[in-house]
Amino acid sequence: MASTTVPEAAATVTHDDHGHEEHATSYGMSNNKMAMWLFLSSDCLLFGALISTFLLYRTNISDGTPFAEPADVFDIPFTSLSSFVLLMSSLTMVLALSAVKRDDARNGRIWLLTTAFLGMIFIGGQVYEFTIFSAEGLQYSTNTWTSAFFTLTGFHGVHVSVGILMLLGTVAGTRESGLGKEKSETVELVGLYWHFVDIVWVIIFTVIYLIPIG
Amino acid sequence: MAIVERPLAIGAGDDAIETNDRPLGSVTRPKETGSWKDWLTTVDHKKIGIMYGVAAMFFFVIGGAEALLIRIQLATPNGTLLSPDVYNQVFTMHGVTMIFLVAMPMGAAFTNYLLPLQLGARDVAFPRLNALSFWVFLFGGLFLNSAWLFGGGADGGWFNYAPNSSVTFSPSHGIDFYALGLQITGVASLVGAINLITTALNMRPKGMTLMRMPIFTWMNLVVQFLLLFAVPVISIALFQLTFDRLFDANFFNTEAGADPLLWQHLFWIFGHPEVYILILPSFGIVSEVIPVFSRKPIFGYSFMVASGVAIGFMGWGVWAHHMFVSGIGPISVAAFSLSTMFIAVPTGVKILNWLATIWGGKLRFNTAMLFAVGVVSMFTIGGLSGVTHSVAPADTQQTDTYYIVAHFHYVIFGGTLLGFFSGFYFWWPKMFGYKLNEKLGKTNFWLQIVGFNVTFGPMHILGLQGMSRRIDTYDAGFGFERWNFVATVGAFIIALGIAFFFVNVAVSRNQWIKAGRPNPGPDPWDARSLEWMTASPTPVHNFDEEIVVESQDEFWHRKYGYDENHNVVRIATAAEVAQDGSNTNVHLPSPSYFPILLALSMPIISYGLIYSLWLCIPGGMLMVYSMVGWIFEHPDDPNAAHDHHDDGHDGDDHGALPDSGTELEAGDGDEELVAVGAGAVGETVASDVVETEATDG
Repeated sequence: MASTTVPEAAATVTHDDHGHEEHATSYGMSNNKMAMWLFLSSDCLLFGALISTFLLYRTNISDGTPFAEPADVFDIPFTSLSSFVLLMSSLTMVLALSAVKRDDARNGRIWLLTTAFLGMIFIGGQVYEFTIFSAEGLQYSTNTWTSAFFTLTGFHGVHVSVGILMLLGTVAGTRESGLGKEKSETVELVGLYWHFVDIVWVIIFTVIYLIPIG
Repeated sequence: MAIVERPLAIGAGDDAIETNDRPLGSVTRPKETGSWKDWLTTVDHKKIGIMYGVAAMFFFVIGGAEALLIRIQLATPNGTLLSPDVYNQVFTMHGVTMIFLVAMPMGAAFTNYLLPLQLGARDVAFPRLNALSFWVFLFGGLFLNSAWLFGGGADGGWFNYAPNSSVTFSPSHGIDFYALGLQITGVASLVGAINLITTALNMRPKGMTLMRMPIFTWMNLVVQFLLLFAVPVISIALFQLTFDRLFDANFFNTEAGADPLLWQHLFWIFGHPEVYILILPSFGIVSEVIPVFSRKPIFGYSFMVASGVAIGFMGWGVWAHHMFVSGIGPISVAAFSLSTMFIAVPTGVKILNWLATIWGGKLRFNTAMLFAVGVVSMFTIGGLSGVTHSVAPADTQQTDTYYIVAHFHYVIFGGTLLGFFSGFYFWWPKMFGYKLNEKLGKTNFWLQIVGFNVTFGPMHILGLQGMSRRIDTYDAGFGFERWNFVATVGAFIIALGIAFFFVNVAVSRNQWIKAGRPNPGPDPWDARSLEWMTASPTPVHNFDEEIVVESQDEFWHRKYGYDENHNVVRIATAAEVAQDGSNTNVHLPSPSYFPILLALSMPIISYGLIYSLWLCIPGGMLMVYSMVGWIFEHPDDPNAAHDHHDDGHDGDDHGALPDSGTELEAGDGDEELVAVGAGAVGETVASDVVETEATDG
């Protein structure tokens, strides 16, 4: 195929002509965006089941451990800080999308990388917290509370890590082709996922760290 | 609608297109057509549907053999064919195989083949994800059954209650295979659900409003939503079970204070919607077959749709009726009793509407119709015995007896499976280009329905007499002998009936070949929906041109009109209305090796989790490799030939992007430009969805 025609085609047809979009899909929303929303709705039930399990076992931390309640092991200021970092990454994600929509590839990349970096800080904090807990005798198989705690926060950590890979992949994969505004939907979809993971953390943080068991 | 999967995200420059054939320098994009390799790499929803069907039939034979073993064991008191341990494995694997590897994928087979056709679409929204769903399901099913070769299958019943599923009570690896195998097939269901919902909601042609979609498509849309929300719950339950067994977690460890009801709740929050996941595809099939062979439109179309959607919602509020004897307390029992009684209402609406469709119709009782009527009658029996379970005091008596076994076989065999057979006879000419033999078909039907009632009817009596399920034998003198023997005879009658189906396929095909492969025409049954508006068997590209839909039952309305006295008259033959499949200029999504490779990585990782974590390394590498390759491969190869009918076409300029409508229809041309040029998003997201899942799985 005459590959040289591709960029021109992209430039001329795709985004200057919105009239075709409604022809393309029944609801005007792209298939990819709909698929992402569907996936996220499914993921709600995944975390729903994990959070339910944790709620069932949330009072059991004292089984076989010297700790009477979770407050004895949590470092709330530390976790609040890493939660704050994660929430701020939603802001930088929005700034990234805004930049890409304005066709500002340079700032788009900067904000995407910043978002990934903030995500990594959060994951680092989680690894640190897990290490501390482990050293204090809260192993995965210690009791029902630890199993539920590590599984719930671990699943969330895996989700954040996948999000980081998506962010880095978006930056790396557009190095040659450019991060113009025609890529804004890609960024938007990564953003949807990222915001979802953040919102889930708000719930997890509240359920695990903030609600006292007494 | 030609390009259904928006290609390319990353590296949308010239390089990307040149490296397109060998995304990671190792796997060459398959090009040639006509060889067996086609089937490994195809992304065609019709081929994938057929493969789903073949795989489901394969597992059906395995599950059927297990059923016969159970019935031989129970034919007489103190049976000695199976030891108690092996018996546990056989009935567990029978249930798991029939539900997860036969009924669900057979529904997926029909949905994959028919849903895009009934919408008038070219393919599903994400063809490669569709291929991934199938291969993941197949490898998951094979992995699950490979437990037989590694020390025995799962032995905890299909619902596998904790803590009986712990290492203490089930030290073999059977339950590990159960947990990981169902996890893998769950990934297949989830990916399929996202794909098919997007297809049904977003890929309808002009005029195909939601309330013009055929009922089969509607019911399967509901099924896919149920899967979307039910699968993650069972995924978590299975993860917890796996972590308990392999990594000493304590989710179901009652010695560490765990609550055994956790598994029951998670399982049945999935498990009850699962019941509707099993039955609704069959309801959809029956709703297509009965109008055609009654020569009447479906009675109360909107009620049929609404009752299906209502079942989809209410199905989430009845799960604890499986747990009436688990001690969940009187308020819960009362609430779930009531909701279970209520869910009978939309189901009853469906039965009524089928009867009203048949009423006054010009009936043609061929095999497809017989099976459909079989579903209506047998499912009614199963539904009524289901309502008796909603009465909690009665259910307390019936729990864990053969009465329950009778009930769920009446709905799953009498409802789901008979519906699939109806679908086989109905759509066979559309799928394969020849009709199945009616005489053998009717023998198949009568043997199956008589055998079915002889097998499962007596189980009502056995259950009410107090015979427990999941018990490997019984002593003489309890009054169980006669009906158990009758049931065993019935099971062999069923087996004979199923054998007639396979004979029928072989005989019909041979007769058809001997007769010089006559074409049945696009519309052998004088049918109503869009899949009959194209040639038989369906051409690779489905439709020559996009159909503009103006009414429900569009195809029928193009064939029939009204004269001045408002009598229905034929205004056109099917051949005049239907497309002949001669368009060779349709650009189709290209085949790919990555779905099967990605799917293959999952059982490798699972074996690694059970036997040696080292094995997870090559499995994980294969997974990462195929995901990266997937992302960098264009879903749609711009250099590919168009349609395999394309023999005489020179094909030189096909790869060049059309700047006018010369090659594709105007709409398609624009789509194509959008697709190739810009569609930065498609694949990334599609891949990301997979990636996330894969990481979880």
